[in-house]
Amino acid sequence: MLAYLWNLLDLVLASLVVALGWAAVASTDLRRGVVLFIAFGLLLAIIWARLNAPDLALAEAAIGAGLSGALLLAALRDEPATVDDIAYKQGPVSWATGLLSLVVGGAFAWALLHAHSAADPMRLADQVSTHLEQSGVSNPVTAVLLNYRAYDTLLELAVLLAAVLGIIAVGQARPAYRPAGPLFGALVGWLVPLLIVTGGYLLWVGAHAPGGAFQAGALLAGAAVMLRLGGNPGAGLPSAVTQRWLLVSGVGVFIAVGLIVTVDGHAFLQYPHNGSGMLILLIESAATLAIATTLALAYIGGTAPVGQDVAPGEEFKNQGLSD
Amino acid sequence: MIDFLSMLLIIIGVAFFAAGSIGLLRLPDLYTRLHALTKADNLGLGMIVIGLALLSGSLVMAVKLILVWILVLAGGAASAHLIAQQALRRERA
Repeated sequence: MLAYLWNLLDLVLASLVVALGWAAVASTDLRRGVVLFIAFGLLLAIIWARLNAPDLALAEAAIGAGLSGALLLAALRDEPATVDDIAYKQGPVSWATGLLSLVVGGAFAWALLHAHSAADPMRLADQVSTHLEQSGVSNPVTAVLLNYRAYDTLLELAVLLAAVLGIIAVGQARPAYRPAGPLFGALVGWLVPLLIVTGGYLLWVGAHAPGGAFQAGALLAGAAVMLRLGGNPGAGLPSAVTQRWLLVSGVGVFIAVGLIVTVDGHAFLQYPHNGSGMLILLIESAATLAIATTLALAYIGGTAPVGQDVAPGEEFKNQGLSD
Repeated sequence: MIDFLSMLLIIIGVAFFAAGSIGLLRLPDLYTRLHALTKADNLGLGMIVIGLALLSGSLVMAVKLILVWILVLAGGAASAHLIAQQALRRERA
């Protein structure tokens, strides 16, 4: 009976996620599409949780639904009110995109099917758990991300850095928001400290439970988004020079640690056995700050204007505040 | 006894959510829909949280669940007011 109910729940989740994905893509109203996309991300987070992947659920909820949603809504704000929807819907580009998605989706489905049926005695998950003690952390996901496959994570951070360099090079900071009224101001006032504390907790707990740099960084960036929506044009970020140091700190500390261990005769990024936990925490701390700054700058759309005093009630939506 | 009580609370909570969803679909305008929705969120989630806290049997878990409820209460109340304010402003403009 219970198994039957779980199956029913899975069926509902699976069909809902497909329906929501379709509705988000097919929506002719962009704003509606974005809201549906956020709902899609939240549902996806629930599905990850149901699949016993809490790390992914946290990341999806924080980055996939939360920050991507905020980015899309911010982009919509800059769009002219009347968007020619037809241009988005038809034409060779959208056909090509659809075809590509179909091919990639088919390839993933095929791979998943074979991964399930293959009688492979060397499952990677077993490998991870047998060597977990040597990794310096007890959360297998963090062990994979920061130790076994540290290269991948380093390159992911480099991709983020390249993206934000592009944003800074091309983008002008979006116009800021007017100062929040008492209601939203109060919400910002107690939610931002809570987000910062939770971000720190997620960073620390990532060593032995679901969490880590990406989730922690996303929460800090969420705090920045709240501050900016509340009328702080710089989103609480430090000075422009410090911002740049923070941006490169993720990749910088990662590479520095990787190089320093080679002095001891280890390979690049091959941590010594006794100190690996500390090194991972060091890398993750820098990565958290870098990810948070990157995402916050992506939301602002360029280097954050810092130290501009805004008179209360002043409407500066159309002044084009840049640096 | 505790099982029965928590089951009862959860069922009441689910009923609130069902009523809120029906209200969202059936009520005529934004303000009444918001009204229906926030009642479901606040009370319905509260009932479910208390039911689950009783079931969990551990104080830490119960406190965590209630913290989740408080967060949703604050977020839900504030966002409902913000949506209503914005709609009012647009109506007057």
